[in-house]
Amino acid sequence: MHMLLLNALLKGPAVKPAPEPASWALEELARALGERARRKLGRSLSIREVDAGSCNACELEIHALNNPVYDIERFGLKFVASPRHADVLLVTGPVTWNMREALERTYAATPDPKWVVAAGDCARDCGVFAGSYACAGPVSSVIPVDLHIPGCPPQPMDLLKGLMGLIDAACCDGKRHAAR
Amino acid sequence: MKGFNAKTLEHGVALVSAIEAVSEEDAPADGFVRIRASDALWTGLAKGCAAGWHDLGALWYDDGTMHMALWQADDAAAGKAIVSLEARHGVYPSVGAHHAPAMRLERAMRDLYGINPLGLPDSRSWLDHGAWPSRPSITGKGYQFLRVDGSGLHQIPVGPVHAGIIEPGHFRFTCNGEIVARLEERLGYQHKGVEALCAGAPIAKAGKIAARISGDSTVAYSFAFARAVEAALDWEIPERAILLRGIMAELERLSHHVNDVGAVCNDASVVAILAQCALIREDILATVAGCFGHRMMMDRIVPGGTACDLDDEGAQAIRALLGRLEAAFARVVNAYDQSPSLQDRVQKTGISRPEYVRQFAAGGFIGRASGRAFDARQAFAYAPYNLVTFEVPSRTAGDVDARLWVRIEETAQSVAMIRRFLDMLEPGPIAAPPPPLHGGHGAAVTEAFRGDVFLSVRIGEEGNVAHLHARDASWFQWPLLEAAIKDNIVADFPLCNKSFNCSYSGHDL
Repeated sequence: MHMLLLNALLKGPAVKPAPEPASWALEELARALGERARRKLGRSLSIREVDAGSCNACELEIHALNNPVYDIERFGLKFVASPRHADVLLVTGPVTWNMREALERTYAATPDPKWVVAAGDCARDCGVFAGSYACAGPVSSVIPVDLHIPGCPPQPMDLLKGLMGLIDAACCDGKRHAAR
Repeated sequence: MKGFNAKTLEHGVALVSAIEAVSEEDAPADGFVRIRASDALWTGLAKGCAAGWHDLGALWYDDGTMHMALWQADDAAAGKAIVSLEARHGVYPSVGAHHAPAMRLERAMRDLYGINPLGLPDSRSWLDHGAWPSRPSITGKGYQFLRVDGSGLHQIPVGPVHAGIIEPGHFRFTCNGEIVARLEERLGYQHKGVEALCAGAPIAKAGKIAARISGDSTVAYSFAFARAVEAALDWEIPERAILLRGIMAELERLSHHVNDVGAVCNDASVVAILAQCALIREDILATVAGCFGHRMMMDRIVPGGTACDLDDEGAQAIRALLGRLEAAFARVVNAYDQSPSLQDRVQKTGISRPEYVRQFAAGGFIGRASGRAFDARQAFAYAPYNLVTFEVPSRTAGDVDARLWVRIEETAQSVAMIRRFLDMLEPGPIAAPPPPLHGGHGAAVTEAFRGDVFLSVRIGEEGNVAHLHARDASWFQWPLLEAAIKDNIVADFPLCNKSFNCSYSGHDL
């Protein structure tokens, strides 16, 4: 364990350095998201992830946001354990009828102002599960959605880009849900 | 049915004798002998499951008939069979009445098709939560959890929305102080109607749905689906595609084994190991995306072969990846093994008892950590695993630690296998054109990272998928989690749960 820790310390940050455009895109994202988040949301945005019926591939990629390569907390974004602590609901899956009520309740438990991000193709239009008797519909048919992030599953970089888009939306339309 | 008198049937029938009794048929392409059973033989075979003579692999309903997949884990050469029983007037004799592992399967089929298992001791629904508007609920909306009697007990309901980034499911803990007296699971929240969506769908569409039954095992499901369809249509596939499939399946296994070692350590608060493991996983996914164009290799295995090739550069990238992985993972394993505080959390925690593992025919590292050394890759030696020799690591302790060690040792086997497959790659086509479409049925078992996936398809005369049934390894692992957590402390549940890592979506269909 000591060697592991020592090795990790000596190696420095694991965030992938240069070669890909994706890397500078990450840095650019870090700056853009950082400034906007500070301006509007006091540096921090808390995300509650809700799986409303996904195949769990989206969850794997959302998990990857926490790894040292994407390190989402650099941007002041962090995942929280309760909707009570959340600013954002990040919802995946076609909403199954069996999860519909749980999603509605989670939304109701999230304090205003709040934003909803629907991640993945299923969350947008039910994907390959469209037309099933067991699916209530896309996320937007159950709760109001502010942003869709496409992909099956969306790659971590797309999720990050999407969350930046959310900050934009939050700047110009911040109190929409609060006013309801 | 010849060869069975009433007394034999009464005491239970072994699979081998049932197969012998129908041996005049040609060997089917998928290796599953088809047995048309009478009510008595059906029940006799169910009793044989209970006696431990053979394993219940799957149980499903299709077009007026109940089917059971059976095989013998300790002697797969003895054969595997699909036993069918006509369900007259929507009823059939319950398997769960004799063999508990069938109970949730039978409840699920009752929910989906209204088919009634006579004598099933559990009348509650399973996948049906009374929420499907287009289908009247058979068992109603309420759900009664099992009673737990005793003094000083309290309940902790958890879910369906959990605290972490995971799938939904409900856990009902009944505790005495910190000690869990009973855990009861309630699943079905992820039910997306997979079987109904596949019914009548073109093969390509059903394949996409099959690949999303459990996203973390997308390669294993596509692999199983492709093999089942190929068996149904007598579809020969090229050698190169067979090897590419093996490479993809093992890369998928590596990505999860490595990552989950980290995730379990994270649940014991050793975040440093998770960070290292997540880096290795990211390395795998990035390399895979470069080679196959998708980080999880979704839809890359298709009936007839593979949807993408691997060029020399890609093969080189995978070899380089394996070298990096070995070095980095060895450091992680060393840290895991040398940390007494971590070992204290994982040893003797969440013990899965060998007799339950055998009874439930629990596959994957859960079975292998409790002495059931079954691995579909070895037992059924499907291509390309018939081309290589490898070990199936197992343990007997059955605790969190044993499950991790099985996965750690499997990692080395997978690395060696990928290298062998890469060595064997010869230039050639990666897919064969489809044969003339005709009706048929086929089944396949593949070994996903968490255990064996059984998948059966029936192709209609017009060439569409008439029925698809998939049984995830989780069906026979979830019930064991309930038993494994008993007498542990509530705080160790995340540790146990992660060390099982059952699929919700794969189970809920």
